[in-house]
Amino acid sequence: MCRALCARPVTGMWAMSEIRNYTLNFGPQHPAAHGVLRLVLELDGEVVERADPHIGLLHRGTEKLAESCTWTQFLPYTDRLDYVSIMTNEHAYCLAVEKLLGIEVPERGQYIRVMFDEIARILSHLMLLGTHAFDIGAMTMILYTFRERECIYDMYEAVAGARMHVAYYRPGGVYRDLPDSMPKYKPSRFKSERQVAELNKSEAREGSLLDFIEDFTNRFPKCCDDYETLLTDNRIWKQRTVGIGVVSPERALALGFTGAMLRATGIAWDLRKKQPYEVYDRLDFDIPVGKNGDCYDRYLCRVAEMRQSNEIIRQCIKWLREHPGGPVITEDCKVAPPKREKMKSGMEELIHHFKLFSEGIHVPEGEVYAAIEHPKGEFGVYAVSDGANKPYRIKLRSAGFPHLAAMDELARGHMIADVVALMGTVDVVFGDVDR
Amino acid sequence: MNAKLECLSRVLGSVFGESLRSLSENRDEITVEVGAEDYLSVVRTLRDHDELHFEQLMDLCGVDYSTHAQREKVSQSGKRFAAVLHLLSLKHNWRLRVRVFAEDDGFPVLDSICEVWPSANWYEREAFDLLGIMFTGHTDLRRILTDYGFVGHPLRKDFPVSGYTEMRYDAEAGRLVYQPVTIEPRSNVPRIVREAGYGDVGHV
Repeated sequence: MCRALCARPVTGMWAMSEIRNYTLNFGPQHPAAHGVLRLVLELDGEVVERADPHIGLLHRGTEKLAESCTWTQFLPYTDRLDYVSIMTNEHAYCLAVEKLLGIEVPERGQYIRVMFDEIARILSHLMLLGTHAFDIGAMTMILYTFRERECIYDMYEAVAGARMHVAYYRPGGVYRDLPDSMPKYKPSRFKSERQVAELNKSEAREGSLLDFIEDFTNRFPKCCDDYETLLTDNRIWKQRTVGIGVVSPERALALGFTGAMLRATGIAWDLRKKQPYEVYDRLDFDIPVGKNGDCYDRYLCRVAEMRQSNEIIRQCIKWLREHPGGPVITEDCKVAPPKREKMKSGMEELIHHFKLFSEGIHVPEGEVYAAIEHPKGEFGVYAVSDGANKPYRIKLRSAGFPHLAAMDELARGHMIADVVALMGTVDVVFGDVDR
Repeated sequence: MNAKLECLSRVLGSVFGESLRSLSENRDEITVEVGAEDYLSVVRTLRDHDELHFEQLMDLCGVDYSTHAQREKVSQSGKRFAAVLHLLSLKHNWRLRVRVFAEDDGFPVLDSICEVWPSANWYEREAFDLLGIMFTGHTDLRRILTDYGFVGHPLRKDFPVSGYTEMRYDAEAGRLVYQPVTIEPRSNVPRIVREAGYGDVGHV
C-alpha cells in the first residue's frame, strides 16, 4: 500500500486514477459464508456490481449415491442435506416413498412427525436468527438462540439416540414411540448429587419427553420476546436490514422463492395450509406474512413463525397425551420391520426382517413429487422408481437453491457489508444447496 | 382422480390438444410429455394462460432413462435424456409435471426456459453439469455442482459411483494431484426388479 502511494507520480494535483472494478472473493472460508460458499463479487468501490456464487464445494453426490442404495439405506443421507432442520428432510423423503407405496401412516405417527417438524422449524429459525444477527454485529443473539437449540438437541437425543443425524422418520411412520423418561445429568466430581438433582428438576428432566417438550413450549414465547427486545426495535439492526434485498411479490414468484422468502413479500403461501399433509389440516395456526419483502420483514416473519410453531407443538402435545399408545409406524412388514420380540419367536417375522434389511423395500414402478413446508421453504423430493429395491432417480429440490441463485439480483447495487446481511437472510445451508 | 385434477387435465387437453405427446394421471399427479420442438411455446402458455397460470417453476431436473427397467412405460419415444419440470400454480393451487425428451441421445439439446422463469437458470446449469443436457439460449451454461475442471457428467447411468479420478496430496510436488481412481466400485445389495405385485404392497 505504502509503496503504491510512493510510486504514484507527483504531478502537483490529484490526477484521476484509472477506475476499474475490483473483484473480491468472499469465502469459501469466511465465517459469514455459512459453510462453504465462494462468492465472487465485482465491486465498484464499495458497491456490488455483480455477485456470482460458486457453489458445489460441499457436493457429495447424494443423488448419485441414492441410485446405489436401497430405499431404506438412503434415508440417513437426507439428514445430511439441511443439517440444521434434520427431521424435515427425512419427512419429505418418507412422504415420497409412502406415496409410491400407497401406504398410510398411523395417526399417532403423524402427530409425532408434525410435532418434530415444528421443533425442527424452531431449530432452524434459531440457527438463522443467531448467525444472521451475529454476522451483522449483534453478538449476543447467538448465545441466546443456542441456549434453546441445546434443549431441542436434547429432545432429539431422547427420542432417537442421536443429536444431529437422527434417522427417526421411516417410510411408514417413525422409528419408535416417544420415550417415558429423559436422559438425566449424573453426579460427577464437578457436580454433587444435590446439584444434579436440582438441575434435573429445573430442566424438567424428571418426567417424560412430552413433559420436557411442554416445559420448553412454556418457556419459549418468553425467549422469543427476549430476541425481539434485542432486535426488533434495535436501531442498528433496523439500519442493517430495513430496505436491504427488497424483492417484489412478482419477482419472488418468478425467481422460485418459497417459505419465508416468499411470505415476506406479502404472499400468504404455505404448504401446511394450502396443500396440507399429515395432520396440519386439524391444527390451528396462522401464516405470518410480511409487507416489504426486505431483510427486516423476513426476520419478522421468521420470529412470528417460531411463535406459531410453538402453538402447533402445544396442540400436538395435547393430542398425544389424550391418545396414548397405538402404533407409530405401519404394521405392514413389507415396509417396516416387525417387532423385535416377535422376530425372536416367529419364523415369518424373521424372514420379513431379513428380507427388509438385506433386500430392502420393493417400491412399485412410478414417479412422485412430495413437497413439504420446510423451515427454509419448499423442500421437494422427486422420486422415480422402476420397480426395483433401489431408487432409479432421486432429485432433491432444496429450498435454498433458488434463493441463493437470486443472490446476484438481491445484492446488486448494495454495499459490500449488506452482502453479509443478505447471506444471513436467504438462510442457506450448504448441505442442502450442494447436495 | 379428484375434481381438481380432472379440471386441470381437461384444461390442458383443450388448450394444447395435439401438441401434448401424452397426458397421464398417477398417484394424484398429472404428467404431460411434450416434444422438444414445442417445449418453449408450451411452457410459455402454461405460465401465461389464465386457466393454467403456473407462475412458479419449482424444479427442473434431468433424468437419464437408459437403464430404466420399464422404459417403454415412461415414453414411447425411447429417447435417453429428458428434462422433468415441476410447476406450481399458486392461483389454482395445483401442480403439474412436464417431461421433455431430447431428440439426440449422443448430444442432448433442449431449449432454455430461463426467459420464462428466471429460476430455471441454475436448474439448467445443474442438469447440464450432472447429465450433460445442453440448453440453447442459456446465457451462462457453466458447471455448477462439480469441481472446477471436472470431466464427465456424474448422473449419467454409465458413470461409475466411484468416478474416474481421485485426488491426493503429492509430497514431492508439494500440491494436490489428480490420479486415476484406485477403488473398485462395489455393491453389497444387488439391484433387483421383482414381478409386479411382489409382496403385495402399494400396487395400485
